[in-house]
Amino acid sequence: MIPGEFIYHRPSSVSEAVSLLVSHGDEARPLAGGHSLIPMMKLRMAAPEHLIDLSGVADLKGIQEVGDTIVIGAMTTQHELVNSDLLIAKLPIIRETSLMIADPQIRYMGTIGGNLANGDPGNDMPGLMQCLNAVYVLAGPDGERDVAARDFYEAAYFTALAPEELVTAVKIPTPPSGHGFAYEKLKRKVGDYATAAAAVLVTMSGDTVSSCSVALTNVADTPLYAAEASEILNGSTLDADTVKRAVAAAEAITMPAADGRGPAEYRTKMAGVMLERALARAAERAKG
Amino acid sequence: MEQIPVTMTVNGKKVQRFVEPRTLLIHFLREDLNLTGPHIGCETSHCGACTVDMNGMSVKSCTLFAAQANNAELTTIEGMANADGTLSALQEGFRQMHGLQCGFCTPGMITRAHTLLQENPDPTEEEIRFGIAGNLCRCTGYQNIVKAIQYAAAKLNGRDYQEAAE
Ligand SMILES: Cc1cc2nc3c(=O)[nH]c(=O)nc-3n(C[C@H](O)[C@H](O)[C@H](O)COP(=O)(O)OP(=O)(O)OC[C@H]3O[C@@H](n4cnc5c(N)ncnc54)[C@H](O)[C@@H]3O)c2cc1C
Ligand code: FES
Ligand code: FES
Repeated sequence: MIPGEFIYHRPSSVSEAVSLLVSHGDEARPLAGGHSLIPMMKLRMAAPEHLIDLSGVADLKGIQEVGDTIVIGAMTTQHELVNSDLLIAKLPIIRETSLMIADPQIRYMGTIGGNLANGDPGNDMPGLMQCLNAVYVLAGPDGERDVAARDFYEAAYFTALAPEELVTAVKIPTPPSGHGFAYEKLKRKVGDYATAAAAVLVTMSGDTVSSCSVALTNVADTPLYAAEASEILNGSTLDADTVKRAVAAAEAITMPAADGRGPAEYRTKMAGVMLERALARAAERAKG
Repeated sequence: MEQIPVTMTVNGKKVQRFVEPRTLLIHFLREDLNLTGPHIGCETSHCGACTVDMNGMSVKSCTLFAAQANNAELTTIEGMANADGTLSALQEGFRQMHGLQCGFCTPGMITRAHTLLQENPDPTEEEIRFGIAGNLCRCTGYQNIVKAIQYAAAKLNGRDYQEAAE
């Protein structure tokens, strides 16, 4: 399977990449790690006429702490996310989630920006970013704008990104030290996308939840921030009844498609199971 | 169609060619450079038979354009033997421990294991299994592949390989 013909560009700056996108419009696509795009091109489900390889744009790399925010450049690979000391110290849920993506070879190439921009409901990072209340930085011909992860996804493969825009970075508020976290992902085999997955971030004061946020992966057209479930858990002691109500609220917003991973009802139930497991583990960790 | 120049160092040798931008790295290696060790085993980026090392990273060369490897340093199974032509510890391990049956997955397995051992010279069994998760084998059940990698790790760390008690 050989992709269709295209013209290859390798800009060295964000502005150069954006002007290429502007001049070629819908015919152009950015290329990051290529591990979603190239398989689609091999199947001829994508056939861009201009491919804009971002790997030469140094400004899109790196992980930094800026005040109370962690800023991750779009071209940071999943392998780099797994091995970042800063993330291990401040945002360990990123490592935990990244390690569940595909396999080592794919993690060496796949980037956070590609995973976020792709718009495939199966991608794991978008749900995590909704849980963490991250903000994406988009660069276009008129400069930069910020879009919250919770507002970015419109439908499968449809996002707030305009054709001439790039994701340059993601900004994540640093959770307080002592926060609990978990990403629970059910998959059929190594390297598979989620049957259902849940991300949980929780802080506790004593036995009471002082903040909680929940998001779900691959149980709808888009990742789901489970606002009602998060609210139910907030201020609770995570007693069995509250957890049950939160799980029901989370299940209620799912709209999975039936596929090889199972019928829709099953995937909804599994989203609930993943949430329950993630909550238990996150609370455990928050209590230290 | 447009042809673009690519330059890379493959198994220590500098090569320079013109390719169509859509040329996948696996086709470049097999068809332009005659390196037929890396195999094509799937159409889904899953099997890892096409694994090569690019700048210290294991990559699936079926999911990469040759253009993306411009200026890179590549190692394929053809570059895995010791400099004097004798078998490397890993190759010896695969032979001693019967880490293969049909051999189709073996070039990718050895190339991946090579990079894994660069990053983690003394992996546990679990780390080995996690580290080769991107390489599928239809034949062996993986047991002997894991032993082969343990054999090589022991040898590279100056130990004799001891099979774990069952
Ligand atoms: C076998 C296999 C298993 C996988 N399993 C999983 C999994 O379990 N979970 C998971 O989350 N992912 C999985 N993936 C996908 C993988 O994580 C991809 O690497 C990721 O989805 C896309 O990142 P990329 O850098 O490779 O992007 P690319 O493939 O290069 O790009 C993807 C899309 O995003 C656009 N794009 C890329 N970067 C930018 C940018 N900075 N700004 C604007 N648009 C951009 C591209 O134009 C393209 O449309 C798997 C892939 C494979 C091949
Ligand atoms: S041929 Fe490359 S992963 Fe199967
Ligand atoms: S030995 Fe036959 S596929 Fe692995």
